[in-house]
Amino acid sequence: MIDRRAFFRLAAGAGTASLAAACKWDGGEVVKPRLLDIGRLNDWVSEKVLYSPSRLAREYATTERTARVPTYFISRTLPMLKDPAAWRLRVDGLVRQPLDLSIDDLMHMPRTTHTVKHHCVEGWTAISTWSGVPVSAVAERCELLPAARFIHFKSFDADYSNGWDLASAMHPQTILAYGMNDNPLPAAHGAPLRLYAPTKLGYKMTKYLVSMTFTDKRPGGFWEDQGYPWFAGI
Amino acid sequence: MAENILHIMSDASPTPVRPPVKRHHWIVRFTHWATFVLLIGMVTSGLQIYGAYAKFGERGGPYFVNPFQDTEFPGAVRLGGWLAGALNWHFALMWALVGVGLLYLCYMMASSEWRSLLFRRRDVRGAIQMQQYYLRLRKDHPPQGKHNPLQKLAYTFIVLLGVLSVLTGVAIYKPVQFSWLTALFGGFQAARYWHFWAVWIFVGFTVAHVVLVFAVDPPSFKAMITGWYRGRFPSHD
Repeated sequence: MIDRRAFFRLAAGAGTASLAAACKWDGGEVVKPRLLDIGRLNDWVSEKVLYSPSRLAREYATTERTARVPTYFISRTLPMLKDPAAWRLRVDGLVRQPLDLSIDDLMHMPRTTHTVKHHCVEGWTAISTWSGVPVSAVAERCELLPAARFIHFKSFDADYSNGWDLASAMHPQTILAYGMNDNPLPAAHGAPLRLYAPTKLGYKMTKYLVSMTFTDKRPGGFWEDQGYPWFAGI
Repeated sequence: MAENILHIMSDASPTPVRPPVKRHHWIVRFTHWATFVLLIGMVTSGLQIYGAYAKFGERGGPYFVNPFQDTEFPGAVRLGGWLAGALNWHFALMWALVGVGLLYLCYMMASSEWRSLLFRRRDVRGAIQMQQYYLRLRKDHPPQGKHNPLQKLAYTFIVLLGVLSVLTGVAIYKPVQFSWLTALFGGFQAARYWHFWAVWIFVGFTVAHVVLVFAVDPPSFKAMITGWYRGRFPSHD
């Protein structure tokens, strides 16, 4: 009943697909770059079409907090400062007024607290309360130059870093957090200072911050350079 | 129509030779097979993504009922190699799959083909008769057009399942920007859950579809490749 040519055509299609699957194929030298190109298109759609700079992530009651929130860092051991008192957040790049901010300086700036849901790229979610200063307040203090379009956040957790677009960074819920669940930010979650934004996937929120540099070129990032989506806005 | 009323299960006589009829437009054949291949890619990359957090529910539980909790699927049915690779496959193939789906739906509307495929209220009675026939509670095959009412039900359902997969996909892709949609499905973890279950319904549908094609109407397989049908149910609505 089935003609032979048709059968072979079908078998070839199914065979290619299952072979690809069987090889745990990431696309190889030919297809993988195309997949990454489409990833850039998805970033563009996510940033320019789907992202609203003013839409707020839902806030939750503190009673809904997740008891144990997982953490990770890329260093072999928990990243800790030798001399916490000497720590400063360096703010530089395309700014009129470079800054070196201590935790005390940051605590004297406008303070935001929100209880929000964290979305990990792996698929898990957890609710926590985060306190800190909006990135927009720091940007105001350092007086951006008009050419500034991105921010490169760097950490002391090995070479972990993230690149952000300015609109996402200026979102009212994007903060430099020094507090978690009404306590100082624990070392396991990025002390003394980390980036936090409920509008992004977890891997965009740089922990163990040392600097934020305003740039005109799109900075890479630890996971982004390995193939994870760059924009990662949700 | 009389020639259609054949009891196919007990039909031992050779199929009488009939002139072939043109059954499927190339758009239908193309979208059918493209969907098949793309779905394999979406399911296999999806199973790789699932492995990163193989359960449903907020961190720490409680978790949704799931026979695949903490299951790592075999490498042979996972695509992408690791989470980022699988995400890139998934987010690339999704465009092709949605494009193919839209092409199919546009063709259905433009050609009025939807009339022979969309399950409507008036098909309920025929669907019951057809079910009785399959369960051998009825001897003769109920009269039908291009598709019987149960087929219409299946093909309408599978389009709706496709729509559900896209919507739950959007709900977990952008749970803040489309928070209303995510809330509609019961939250982020519930939307993940339904997105995952859609996979098994697709898989089950495909198995049943293939079995029925070869058990009931093998010439329809060839028709989906060449476009020409030469079998028991040649008439159009």
